[in-house]
Amino acid sequence: MTKVTMTVNGKTVSAMTEGRTLLSSYLREGLGLTGTHIGCDTSQCGACTVHVDGVAVKSCSVFAQDVAGATVTTIEGMANADGSLSVIQQAFQDHHGLQCGYCTPGMVMASAALLASNPSPTEGEVRHYLEGNICRCTGYHNIVKAVLAASGQDVAAVAAE
Amino acid sequence: MHNFDFVKPASVADAVAALAAEGAQALSGGMTLLPTMKQRLAAPEVLVSLTGIAELRGVSGRAGASVTIGGATTHATVAAEAKAFYPALAALAGQIGDPAVRNRGTIGGSLANNDPSACYPSAALASGATITTNQRDIAAEDYFQGMFATALGEGEIITAVTFPIPEKAAYIKFAQPASRFALVGVFVAKYADGVRVAVTGASNDGVFRWAEGEAALSGNFNGSALEGLSVPSDGMIADLHGTAAYRAHLVKVLTKRAVAAAM
Repeated sequence: MTKVTMTVNGKTVSAMTEGRTLLSSYLREGLGLTGTHIGCDTSQCGACTVHVDGVAVKSCSVFAQDVAGATVTTIEGMANADGSLSVIQQAFQDHHGLQCGYCTPGMVMASAALLASNPSPTEGEVRHYLEGNICRCTGYHNIVKAVLAASGQDVAAVAAE
Repeated sequence: MHNFDFVKPASVADAVAALAAEGAQALSGGMTLLPTMKQRLAAPEVLVSLTGIAELRGVSGRAGASVTIGGATTHATVAAEAKAFYPALAALAGQIGDPAVRNRGTIGGSLANNDPSACYPSAALASGATITTNQRDIAAEDYFQGMFATALGEGEIITAVTFPIPEKAAYIKFAQPASRFALVGVFVAKYADGVRVAVTGASNDGVFRWAEGEAALSGNFNGSALEGLSVPSDGMIADLHGTAAYRAHLVKVLTKRAVAAAM
């Protein structure tokens, strides 16, 4: 077992790992941060998306030891300092961008990565960027609407078809 | 998956030394290797990560001449940084998988794996790229040796790939919507001495050049030059996503589209 240290949601943390310990297991089992969900465990669904050194990755497909020392942000690190929902999280709530909520941590992390690199995306850009995140409930319309709203755009004209 | 020892060297020399261990396997972005290990189709005893080696990362080039990409450069970086030198190559990189996959997956990993439906092999073959390893330079023509087979030897690491920049080029992928791999993908590149057409996703032998299409387009770089040609379905991949005949048909259709889109 090897001790792996990272900065997760602004705190320096450590947990013991095997070579095969995935980043998703490190976060969930090593650190108890179970907000990162494991859906498919084959990098298809995106539920486990987190940020590693500022970019979105699927934590089920990265070994913890490969990102030792990295700066990681998970869904637990997305709320505002006072515990209130961040703009993106609030937009998902306001626009009903979730139903069962299983994909939501990954959707929020992917959306945050999109808006960090493209602060005012078009509807098409949102849909294209989120193609690695699967939602089986919403039909995506309200997720797209939430992301557009979080970017400060008027979504009155975006139909929830 | 089975457990293994994980090592993360900081130099190519240290990586080569680590790969000499019994049962050692190189790991780049891991976008194919991790799922393969989860299915226990691979069970290395030592995994040698190439993600901590700075000399393997980066994009450099000379406008109009060539662009060189470090072996462990991610698709996302190629999409962003190769654009100024070789827009069609950057566009290809920007269509691989999804954003999270592009943030991990690397050009060297893709070429070393040589998946028959991967995108990069078509760009390398159509561009007459040179694959540079820690031991030698390998011409793309000699590098691809069939499905999942390459000229790489034991302990050989792709350190860089150099693409001569064409006058015009485009890659058109007919994506398999679930995996986002190419059901068929065609890369067309027009150079001063002729046109090269490389096809991925279609053949049981992996990436190949469509010689007949190249000859027609070298005389007349217009989709109409392909009228009357047909691609034989012998040896094409057939699976639940498409028959051999369907894939053969797509080769010509996508070649036409690539010629029309060439920039």
